[in-house]
Amino acid sequence: MTSAHPGLPEFDYVKPSDLSEASQFLALHVSDARPFSGGTDTFVRMRDGFFNPKYLVDVKNLEGTRILKFDASEGLTIGSAIPMNQVVAFSEAAAYYPLLVDAAKSVASYQLRSRATIIGNICNASPAGDTIGACLAYDGVLNVHGLDGHKKLPLKDFFTGPGKNLLKPGDIVLSITLPVPPKGHAGQYFKLGRNRLSDLSIVGVSALGYKDPSTKSGFTFRLAIASVAPVPFIPTLAEEILSTEPLNPDTINRAAQAAMDAVTPIDDVRGSAQYRKYMVRNLVKRAVNELQHKLTA
Amino acid sequence: MGFHQISVRVNGNDEIITVASNLTLLRMLRETLSLTGTKNGCAAGECGACTVLLNGEPVNSCMVLAVEVDGQEVITIEGLAKDGQLDIVQKTIIEKGAVQCGFCTPGMLISARALLNRNPHPTEEQVVEALVGNLCRCTGYSRIIESVQAAAERS
Repeated sequence: MTSAHPGLPEFDYVKPSDLSEASQFLALHVSDARPFSGGTDTFVRMRDGFFNPKYLVDVKNLEGTRILKFDASEGLTIGSAIPMNQVVAFSEAAAYYPLLVDAAKSVASYQLRSRATIIGNICNASPAGDTIGACLAYDGVLNVHGLDGHKKLPLKDFFTGPGKNLLKPGDIVLSITLPVPPKGHAGQYFKLGRNRLSDLSIVGVSALGYKDPSTKSGFTFRLAIASVAPVPFIPTLAEEILSTEPLNPDTINRAAQAAMDAVTPIDDVRGSAQYRKYMVRNLVKRAVNELQHKLTA
Repeated sequence: MGFHQISVRVNGNDEIITVASNLTLLRMLRETLSLTGTKNGCAAGECGACTVLLNGEPVNSCMVLAVEVDGQEVITIEGLAKDGQLDIVQKTIIEKGAVQCGFCTPGMLISARALLNRNPHPTEEQVVEALVGNLCRCTGYSRIIESVQAAAERS
């Protein structure tokens, strides 16, 4: 039950001075400490009683968390402390990663995005996370610091269930790197909410497409769908149909149907499972049509 | 539970305050500094009644810990007027009659000021997008949006 009382339950605020101290603290207090950055999800869930950590560990000031840079060979790296608004305002993100910027702009409100982060969205591992689909479509790799030092985790293997991910005790995600995307690609995030702006998604379709002479259709499409499965969902059969068959209305219809058949949504307060399935079909079709239009215009 | 001493500049005044770990910026403003213009609505980052400027950017102060603003600058509704002169958005919101109960108004004004700072001449769509996080249960938004547009035209 949500309380309108402004108070948070009691906890100790901890601000480690370096990465190894942070990882060791989190590993030592594995069941009663939680890292946080923007806090936009953490604080709400604490108020609602979903968790009650003894320690909140502020990881915003650690080395490597404030990076925001684009490199023509490595791509875009976004630190875990970078709020979504800063990513949206970063000119190279808008120029080279339009799908990500589109998705980030759809999250809640401007003032929430002053604090909310893309890494936070990823680590919460909500199937509804708006920016996760774009990070998947761009083949993101997480840069993580743990008890054994630095490591990389590909995002596509990261999610293991609703709210669950591959992070081990002591692991802190420092940043995500999105490789340089295919030249001339187009992207679009189609989000269906209960209102036009600011709501969580009933269904969210992240779609990226580019001309690809190596495929039979001449195109490659990458799709990721939010709020339709226990984890952010990639409809691989739909993607395959779109690259192996001539791109025409019939192919697009069959790909959209394949996506609809593959998702396993639940009924919840935002929509029924059956409605979500139909919306997956409609939005995948609309997304592919839109991308085809952009790529051939 | 731990306590922390912070120094923070609020509406141009430097404050040194001892805060509990779980004290939100919203409660610090209202209960420690008696700046009650900032309102507590949903306490979940959805209604925007508690919006303040943190280093020039609007944030929901219910979603920020007081300890996190150590060394930073906060502007609340009480700090929007300068030298006894209301901010232009304050003037236009009065002129347009865009206030009924007034509970959302401080947050609306802070979001509007932040918008005009980053984009002095927004379109209607951009005004709407900037105010999405500020809920009003009285006016139906039209006059609020008109106020922001009028402020942009006059500044």
